[in-house]
Amino acid sequence: MEVFLQQLTNGLAVGSIYALIALGYTMVYGVLKLINFAHGDLFTIGSYLGLTLLTSLALTGRLGALAGILCLALMVMGLVALIGALLERTAYRPLRQSPRLSAVVSALGASIFLQNAVMLIYGARFQVYPHDILPKMPLDLFGLYIPLVKVLVLVAALVMMMALYLFIQKTKLGTAIRAAAIDQGAARLMGIDVDRVILIVFLIGPALGGVAGLMVGLLYGQINFTMGWVYGLKAFTAAILGGIGNIPGAMVGGILLGVIEALGAAYLSIAWKDAIAFCVLIGILIVRPTGLLGERVAEKV
Amino acid sequence: MKRTLLMFIAPTALFLLSPLVLNPYWVDVLNNVGLYAILGLSLNLIVGHAGLFNLGHAAFYAVGAYTAAVLNTRFHVPVLWLLPLCALSSGIFAAVIARPIIHLRGDYLCIVTIGVGEIVRIALLNNVFGITGGVNGIVGIDRPSVFGIAIRNPHEFFYLIWGFAAITVFFFHRLENSRFGRALNYLREDEVAAEGSGINVAHYKLACFILGAAWAGMAGDIFAAKMTVISPESFSFWESVLMFTLIILGGSGSIPGVILGAFLITGLPEVFREFANARLLVFGAAMVVMMIFRTGGILPPRPRTYPDIDAPVGEGRP
Repeated sequence: MEVFLQQLTNGLAVGSIYALIALGYTMVYGVLKLINFAHGDLFTIGSYLGLTLLTSLALTGRLGALAGILCLALMVMGLVALIGALLERTAYRPLRQSPRLSAVVSALGASIFLQNAVMLIYGARFQVYPHDILPKMPLDLFGLYIPLVKVLVLVAALVMMMALYLFIQKTKLGTAIRAAAIDQGAARLMGIDVDRVILIVFLIGPALGGVAGLMVGLLYGQINFTMGWVYGLKAFTAAILGGIGNIPGAMVGGILLGVIEALGAAYLSIAWKDAIAFCVLIGILIVRPTGLLGERVAEKV
Repeated sequence: MKRTLLMFIAPTALFLLSPLVLNPYWVDVLNNVGLYAILGLSLNLIVGHAGLFNLGHAAFYAVGAYTAAVLNTRFHVPVLWLLPLCALSSGIFAAVIARPIIHLRGDYLCIVTIGVGEIVRIALLNNVFGITGGVNGIVGIDRPSVFGIAIRNPHEFFYLIWGFAAITVFFFHRLENSRFGRALNYLREDEVAAEGSGINVAHYKLACFILGAAWAGMAGDIFAAKMTVISPESFSFWESVLMFTLIILGGSGSIPGVILGAFLITGLPEVFREFANARLLVFGAAMVVMMIFRTGGILPPRPRTYPDIDAPVGEGRP
């Protein structure tokens, strides 16, 4: 039972990270019907930028642990959002009118470019986050010890997801995003600036992905330039699991995938941990391509 | 006509004689180009002609290579005799994998094939069935021999690999101009119209997927014989990306384009050794730029030409 609960908390923590990344995929897919392959690499960039800012500015030393991390997260979000917007301008906007598959190839190219840019700048080796940022006191929950950082990751992710959900549902801009996702042409006729909506989506998605990268750094301490595409693929799996194009779906799918993976690693085999997510992906696309709560993706044979 | 034939024959002859003057290192580079050309041509059928995004081609390559390695090291079957068996195992594997996913829309198929490639790699790493040797892979695969002549050094491999590449080119050229090839092009351009014209879309997609995978399996056999050692790291995701990129850069759906792509992908990093680390960066940027300014690649396929329909029978009309 204790192993189960321990793995459950692990799964929830990593699942909330998957969910944050998955939101970026699902929002871009919702509006542009494009899989943004470079999203995983924006996540990596967030992680590396977080490390650089953390070591060079020493915010946690000056402002205290929590305020420092918060400030750091905001900076990472801002910077990665900027890179995301830049990516959209250079790699995706010129292809708005081209066949969908050209855009997919361009996205793949952008992904390869960003990943190797990170490698050339920071080197191919693993980089290590300083491990004394957060106080090491574990929380005692009914005899189960959970490190503070896991709780923080989970809470922060939930807060951001709630904020995003309210933004999409309640504000005027959120309504515009939903309208553009349903029918771009009609949205344009209703006076919505679709290009601006796409730009906003490419600001929010990468911001969430970037902060997820920071979380991975804080949670596991080790980052690598190739981790973006493993996390990216898993987050994409999460987005499909929940139903792509569907924002609550991405949240549910992410957390579900994290828990499935953690429990699978504990009870089936740790060596096959990475394969579990891909099996879930193939399984869900065969059995229920719409995801748990989503749009139709497969064509009838 | 005579001049174009000469323009084709002269470089080919020069190319075939090149091992006589090059040192073994450069001949080996040309051998790698040949292997990538074979792999690229097999993937070209799937990506270029049918428009199915397959980013897990290394999985089929791996199945072929491991089939050859296992059967050769355990039962000592000569490697070249294993060619059909490698094709069969890769083809069956592709059929099992592709049957349930072939109907997925372009980008989803792409993601699923990435997933399949990863599952295969993880399976090989974990020593699945106890026969793949885990991280270390399989060592001690025999060299091939043709009619009793053992093939050992790069110069001999050059003729084996490029001979097989020539067969590949001939085969895929014939296929491209057949009813099968036309059907694939049709369903790539417009699936609904193809279906409406009586093309069994799912059947053709599946057939081309299996054929491409089987051919990659044979390339795997040759790779295993050339290296004599294979391990999972030779079949990583980046291998699939390289095969995919060379098609996109060279010209998808065009045989000269794919061969040019193979030269660019494996040849250029050798020429610019000091920038070797940056080669993927350049390829990535090139993919984006290519999609924006030249969607068809460097050497896009020539549009199909048909004999003039209005011409009277007997004048260029079959």
